[in-house]
Amino acid sequence: MTTVTVHAMHMSDGIVNAPTSALFGVIAAVGLAWCARRARTELDERTVPLAGLVAAFIFAVQMVNFPILPGVSGHLLGGALAAILVGPGTGALCIAIVLVVQALLFADGGVSALGMNITNMALIGVAAAYGTALGLSALLRRGRTVLSVQALGVVGFVAAVIGTLSAATGFVIEYAIGGAAATSLPAVTGYVLGTHLLIGIGEGIITAATVMAVAGARPDLVYLLRGQRAETAAAAA
Amino acid sequence: MSGRRFWVSFALVILAIAGGVSYLASSSPDGLDSATLRGCQVVEVDGAEQLTGECIAQSATEHPVSSSPLADYTVLGAAGSGGLAGVIGALLTLAVAGGLFWLIARSRSRSRTRTDAGA
Repeated sequence: MTTVTVHAMHMSDGIVNAPTSALFGVIAAVGLAWCARRARTELDERTVPLAGLVAAFIFAVQMVNFPILPGVSGHLLGGALAAILVGPGTGALCIAIVLVVQALLFADGGVSALGMNITNMALIGVAAAYGTALGLSALLRRGRTVLSVQALGVVGFVAAVIGTLSAATGFVIEYAIGGAAATSLPAVTGYVLGTHLLIGIGEGIITAATVMAVAGARPDLVYLLRGQRAETAAAAA
Repeated sequence: MSGRRFWVSFALVILAIAGGVSYLASSSPDGLDSATLRGCQVVEVDGAEQLTGECIAQSATEHPVSSSPLADYTVLGAAGSGGLAGVIGALLTLAVAGGLFWLIARSRSRSRTRTDAGA
């Protein structure tokens, strides 16, 4: 019998076998190196404080598990929130830093599982959320002006739902490749995606509220709107 | 909103969530953990939680830093110290992220200065 900590929030060590964990460790490292290069185009002296605070905010909000079903909770993953506010490269680094701090200091999320947790939440979650945010923004703007604060909230909500489901799909893929237990894959898949749809709705509400609050106070700092403003200015010139 | 007021408000919101709102968190396992716990029951034996039945979480191994002073969002395991642990974690995250992002931003402005000088 195994002693467990019920308050762990991410994948623990041992759930997926060692070779698969190592493979995703490499994937996470390569992905984060790419994100660091991309972050150089997103960060300047003006936006560094926001990026640091976004990481700390995600750490704090991840502590607040909200109920989704009797006996089941969920917490923010943060991919959409980070990608919209500070950009996808910087946003993925924010989430990876949170996961490393949690795994190494708070015993939350396994250490050999860190590559998988980073791949799921920092790489897949951010990429899916940012792609959704870009696509939906283009649709709502119809090639003109910058998104309104309300429209940004809608974009944040939808991007958060898609990002959360995509991150959960990452877990399903890793379990399919190297799952250490006998539990059947279809049962795990249905349950994980079902619960993460509900978690995604909670994530969507938190994300919408946060990006709207920041865009209301300091629209000049919001990464997604900075890009739109640059496009609009270029089109007008 | 003025520059300073925005940053101070954001920082206070983070501290309030980590140090206060975190006490309201649901203690139920999250979507992922409840998936790995399906088929098992958590029973308490001599104060430690153990699993009976058959589930994915049984293949989970003990966390390598389970004896960390901040393990499981407490300070040295003290009851009720979750808020303090959260504040420490948020400040550490801010320090690590702020430091890394400052280095990245600085490397960019340096390479830009070099390009300008070469042009």
